[in-house]
This record gives sequence, structure tokens and C-alpha cells, in this order.
Amino acid sequence: MSLNKLTIAAARDALKKGEVTSVEITEACLAEIDAAGALNAFCAKTPEIALAQAKAADARIKAGDAPAMCGIPLGIKDLFCTKGVASQAASRILEGFKPEYESTVTQNLWDAGAVMLGKLSMDEFAMGSSNETACYGPVVSPWKVDDRQLTPGGSSGGSAAAVAADLCLAATGTDTGGSIRQPAAFTGIVGIKPTYGRVSRWGVVAFASSLDQAGPMTKSVRDAAIMLGTMASNDAKDSTCADIPVPDFEAALTGDIRGKKIGIPREYRMDGMPAEIEKLWADGTAMLKDAGAEIVEISLPHTKYALPAYYVIAPAEASSNLARYDGVRYGHRAKLSAGEGIVDMYEKTRAEGFGPEVQRRIMIGTYVLSAGFYDAYYNRARRVRALIKQDFDQAFAAGIDSILTPATPSSAFGLGEMKDADPVEMYLNDVFTVTVNLAGLPGISVPVGLDAKGLPMGLQLIGRPWEEGDLLNQALVLENAAGFAAKPAKWW
Amino acid sequence: MSIDIDTARKVAHLARIRVAETDLPKLAEQLSGILTFMEQLNEVNVDGIEPMTSVTPMRLKRRTDVVTDGNYPDAVLKNAPDAREGFFAVPKVVE
Repeated sequence: MSLNKLTIAAARDALKKGEVTSVEITEACLAEIDAAGALNAFCAKTPEIALAQAKAADARIKAGDAPAMCGIPLGIKDLFCTKGVASQAASRILEGFKPEYESTVTQNLWDAGAVMLGKLSMDEFAMGSSNETACYGPVVSPWKVDDRQLTPGGSSGGSAAAVAADLCLAATGTDTGGSIRQPAAFTGIVGIKPTYGRVSRWGVVAFASSLDQAGPMTKSVRDAAIMLGTMASNDAKDSTCADIPVPDFEAALTGDIRGKKIGIPREYRMDGMPAEIEKLWADGTAMLKDAGAEIVEISLPHTKYALPAYYVIAPAEASSNLARYDGVRYGHRAKLSAGEGIVDMYEKTRAEGFGPEVQRRIMIGTYVLSAGFYDAYYNRARRVRALIKQDFDQAFAAGIDSILTPATPSSAFGLGEMKDADPVEMYLNDVFTVTVNLAGLPGISVPVGLDAKGLPMGLQLIGRPWEEGDLLNQALVLENAAGFAAKPAKWW
Repeated sequence: MSIDIDTARKVAHLARIRVAETDLPKLAEQLSGILTFMEQLNEVNVDGIEPMTSVTPMRLKRRTDVVTDGNYPDAVLKNAPDAREGFFAVPKVVE
């Protein structure tokens, strides 16, 4: 098997036994990346850093001091600040920005000996569900069933495409409304959004601070458990990062879910849901039941209001977070004509630097926070958010261990197909995933089957707060039962 | 609630994003569409519900009010489009 196709777990074991070196795996990935320009997944390549880190990892493995992620080559979403390496959130406004510091998540990975292959494209500022808003142009999914180019999903579309195409062993992603789980589902890989506060947000370009969480995007549930264990930490630099111990998530993977209560929320059965998604959901339910779980129909009555609440809260926070891009401290500054002053500089810089979707969301956020509308929109949305969380709290209080839902309302669509759609239509992609961010819960997308066209479809498991170990274990059972082994045929 | 062209112009200015006059009608229409979508929230009974401030029942961390970091102006200014003599430079703001 080509070394770039290894899982983290297999690579770790082979590295430990001395069967391969990190340099060999890293070189295999770098060659694949160079040959995969057609996917447009990597927006910056860092082969020198990668090879230096791989050599250091090999020395560490030889010395017997090797944490699980040591020597594992990864792709890093462009949203993470990486010292001295372009980090621009796929936005023109951060053109040329090379951070003078390293995000906590990537620092944790490098401290554990992981290897950085480069930065991965994404929707601009993580706002999008198709990777078409990236300033680098869209990422193309490695999956192809006809002459169309398909979206890998978004916003972590570069991460999803790179992992699905075996350009790296795994990648980091971030998820504000579904940006890890939707692209994972579209490309047949695993993606977990941890509990809010499990992973530090320090050094990750902020979109909506009360919703953003980083997580791993991997080829297997076991890999997600291993990588999450390294990404997560306590961090004094992020006041919302919880001071609770990070458990050994891999040790939780017993494969035994007997007696677990899995909730099936009736509100997720939407009008017009494709029959294939409905069947996938029923199949997944049966798999968990066969493994000894108890299936319970539950109600999450405020589900319908999650999307509108999200599209008030997330833009409100974004309008505030993105106020910092003013052409003064970093990134792009517009050229000014004679006589133009500082307000012209702000307005022209931001008009030139932000793409249309980011501009729209900043303006919506500005509107809902403006005097006279704050209560009607923003405070109302925050009240509805409290009710959405209360729905989940009540389900868990009634003994539910986790909740099974579809990950996305459809399989991947073609690039450009949503071009003329209303912005709200694109937002509907997040219908099954936003509730989890609003309630701060962990959620994982697991590939479970292919649709009639041959495209991957995923199911989502939603867990109790801080119970990622339990959630990953249930995901492992689903993964084993589904036996999803399809890979995209190489055309690039 | 729909957004007219004057409101769109005002919001764009509040957001410090320059929008050409000719683009305002389309912007107003798109923003109105998004707001109409949000109107669904009016169906929910939120009486007695406090707006959520923190998704986890967690008190924000406190620390002693002391300087813990700093003293590297070069690193701070490194990415600035225009930095001079240890400062960020911007167009004249005071006449």
C-alpha cells in the first residue's frame, strides 16, 4: 500500500516497529500533493518544514519518546495561524499575512511530533458550505460520478478533499455550524466537532466565537480519537477553553455499546428528504440496535428554529470579530486617492478584501446588532438558542446517551450549481448540524453508505457534553457495522 | 421586515464596507430575504427565557491583573501594511 494511504493508527504502529520512517510517509504525501493540483486543496505547501519535522520525529521515535501523533503528516486548515507560514482564512483581506505566533492546536500537534505538509483551502472565513467562497477558487472533490466537478463541502473543504484523496493522513478542521461534519459526510471520511471548550480557539481566526470549535478530519474513527487527544488541551490563552482533563479517547473505543440509549429525533425527519437519506438513517439505526443499543424515539421541539437562530447569532458575532480587518495591522490595505481619509481606507479595504458572502454576513450581523433591532433579532435568537439547548438537556436527563441523525440533507452537489441560489438555500445544508453548535455539544459524522449515484453519505451522532469518548465508541460501532470502504477513483 | 435601499446604504456604512450605489438594490433584496427567513423566530414563545450568554455552565477564568506578555513591537508591526518608527501608520485623522 502506498504510504500516503495509511491511517494514523497504522502509521503509528508501523513507525513504532521501525517498518517505515516518517520521512518516507511524508515524502509519499508530498508527491501526492504535487500531483493533485487539480483538486486545489492545498493553498500553501510547506515541504521544507515537513521534512525537517519528519526527520526530528524519526529521531524521537528511535529514542523511544514517541507520542501517538509523532511522525504523522497532516494538512492544516488555513484558519489556523501557523508561525511564519501564510495563514489567510482563504480571504484576500489577509493576503500576505504570516503570523508571528502559532495556534495552540497546531502547537499541540507539533509538540507531539506531527508533521505539517501545508495549509488547506476553505470557504472564506469559514463562511460557506461548498468551498466556493475561497479566494483561491473552489476546491474540487476527489469524488466524481459524471463529467461534473463536485463540491467537497465546506467550510473545511480543502481538509475533506485532502484526506479523502489520501494527500495526507489526516487534517485539522473547524466547525461553526457544520463545517467539519458536512464536508466529512460529502467525502466519505470521519469528522468530529468536540464539545465547546474542549479544544482551544487561541490562534484560530475567529468567525463566531460562541460556536467555533476545531476538530480532526480523519480516515477512521480510531484516528479521530487519537488526533483529538492531541489537539485538545487546557489553555490559559483561551478563557472559554475548559479546565478539565483530556481523557484517553482511544481507550474508550471498546466496541461495546450494549445498553446505550440512542435517541432518534422525530423533528429531523424533514419534508422532501431524499429517500436515500431516510433509508441510510434507518439502516444506521438498525446497526446500532443490532449492536445492543436501545433505540428511543425522542423529540427536540425547537429544531426548526435552529437555522434562523444560527443565522442571527453567527453573523452578529462575525460582524464584531471581523471588525479587526481594517487595513491597519495586517493584510490588505486599499490604495487611496488624494484627499481620501481613514474612513475611505476602512471602507475600500473591506470592500476589496472581503468576498460577497462575508460582506453579506457582516452586514446582516451589523443590522441585527444595531440600535432598535438588537432585542428583536439578537436577543430573541439567544433566547431561542437557550430553548434549543434545553431540548437536548431534557433528552439527556431522560437517559439518552446519544442521538443519531443524518449528517446532511443530500449528498454532494456540483460546483456552481448553487451559484444563482438564494443565500438562504445554501444555509439549508447546515440544517442537521447547527443545532449541535448552538447547544455546544460534540457531534461526529461517520460515512455509512453510497447513494445511487455512487456518492458518500454520512450519519451524525450527537453526544453528551464532554463525553467524546463515549460518542467515538458509538461511532466506531457504526463504522464497523457499515463497513464503508469506498474510495474515490483517481482522476486527478 | 424588509430592508430598503436607504437602510442597506446605512448598514454598509456602519459595517465600513463600501457598496456602489448600483449594487444597493440587489444587496437590499438579499438582506431582506435573509431577514424574512429569520422572522420564523417570532413564532417561538420566549417568555421568561433568559438570552444565552454561555453555552457551557462555566464561569470565565480569572487571573491576576498583571502583565504576562509583550515587549516585542517588531513582531507586532511585522505584518502591518504601513509601519513607521514603531507605530502603525494611517492616513491623517486629525486636521
